[in-house]
Amino acid sequence: MIQVENVSKQFTLHNQGGAALEVMRGAQLSVAPGECVALVGASGAGKSTLMRMIYGNYLAASGAIRVGALDVVTARPREIIALRREVLGYVSQFLRVVPRVPTRDVVAEPLLALGRPAGEARARAEALLARLNIPPALWELSPLTFSGGEQQRVNIARGFAHEYPALLLDEPTASLDAANRGTVLALIEEAKARGAAIVGIFHDEEARARVCDREVDVSGFAPGAS
Amino acid sequence: MTPLLEVRDLTKRYGPRIGCADVTFELWPGEVLGIVGESGSGKSTLLSCLAGHLAPDTGSVVYDTRANGARDTLTMSEPERRMLGRTDWAFVHQNPRDGLRMNVSAGGNVGERLMAVGARHYGNIRATASDWLGRVEIADERIDDRPSAFSGGMQQRLQIARNLVTGPRLVFMDEPTGGLDVSVQARLLDLIRALVRDLGLSAIIVTHDLAVVRLLADRLMVMKSGRVVEEGLTDQVLDDPQHAYTQLLVSSVLHV
Repeated sequence: MIQVENVSKQFTLHNQGGAALEVMRGAQLSVAPGECVALVGASGAGKSTLMRMIYGNYLAASGAIRVGALDVVTARPREIIALRREVLGYVSQFLRVVPRVPTRDVVAEPLLALGRPAGEARARAEALLARLNIPPALWELSPLTFSGGEQQRVNIARGFAHEYPALLLDEPTASLDAANRGTVLALIEEAKARGAAIVGIFHDEEARARVCDREVDVSGFAPGAS
Repeated sequence: MTPLLEVRDLTKRYGPRIGCADVTFELWPGEVLGIVGESGSGKSTLLSCLAGHLAPDTGSVVYDTRANGARDTLTMSEPERRMLGRTDWAFVHQNPRDGLRMNVSAGGNVGERLMAVGARHYGNIRATASDWLGRVEIADERIDDRPSAFSGGMQQRLQIARNLVTGPRLVFMDEPTGGLDVSVQARLLDLIRALVRDLGLSAIIVTHDLAVVRLLADRLMVMKSGRVVEEGLTDQVLDDPQHAYTQLLVSSVLHV
């Protein structure tokens, strides 16, 4: 479902003397439907960079990244937009939303973007919020006023609102208490059971052991490594 | 599917100075394109050329019309272009005073555009106007008030209602949230997003506010000295900018 082949990445900092930083070379990754693969490696090794390239958020310098039938590296913006709407979900570490939009609508938005009826989208949003222990009193409020852990759970609810065939999870269990962490891991297991291909970054080793089928160490993709 | 708008090599000079040069892009149905750049980068000139307010020197702006398919709007007759501007296109000005008639009631402002496309039944026009005021969150009891009695945010929402009442497929927006209080901006952004999504609109939004394009635009073009220096998926251009100017622009934003 997700296939990364020989991908490299470099950043050119034009305003800092044109410094060119080569950060990744020869990255390989393959994730089948129903499989969860953990990206591991020290901080700064390039886990998030690789994940962002799969999402099309960073441009790969060379190589191919296929999600389903689409090569993200060469795809046109509107193809990536369609991919993100229908196929590829991403739970980032940060919640980015229009201020003053109620939490329920934030979570329902991926379904509304797919043209689902508003009632169905809201019902799904409420079910997920309830499951992630966001009290109903907060559903009418903007999540921007919430605590860090609450914002993260809203972000997770939004990421799981639509049943994406492929999912990218950046630290989905960080800063969650045991009960909520269990819920998130259960959501991941359910997504795997319905056939989703998942790439995750988990610093939480227990969580990784429970949901991930194997690990890929991205430090092997450092330019000097091979 | 075909593009809604196909722009090729659009150039506009002001004497020896470049307004915009060699701009080429496509806009697809349902897409929101952001155009960013600093003052004088040519983004407003480009928008004016696209919307037919300004005649470019060279290039083509091919629009997929409902009736006759792809037509170059630069070579079509003036009445045809005006009709397009009244029906299938909309233009939201930065200053609502430029897009509204200030001495006509709110309902009249919305109804006027309907009458321009042939609506004549007063009751229907008023009902449609009232419906649209509701959609942009203006209370029904204000339907007979003039926009001069409205706040800036309300005026901007009224301008949007006036523009969208004829069911356009393409909306041009020039700094739609500029000049508004931050709290009003947020509400307007949410409104524009919902309208774009629910009506399947395509939009071209010119702004210098990178936070606004991040929330509204699918795609982004960055302009400098009249030329497009970088384009791509909005979050990709903002998070992994390739061109020196874009890197400077993104790294110069103040965070609160």
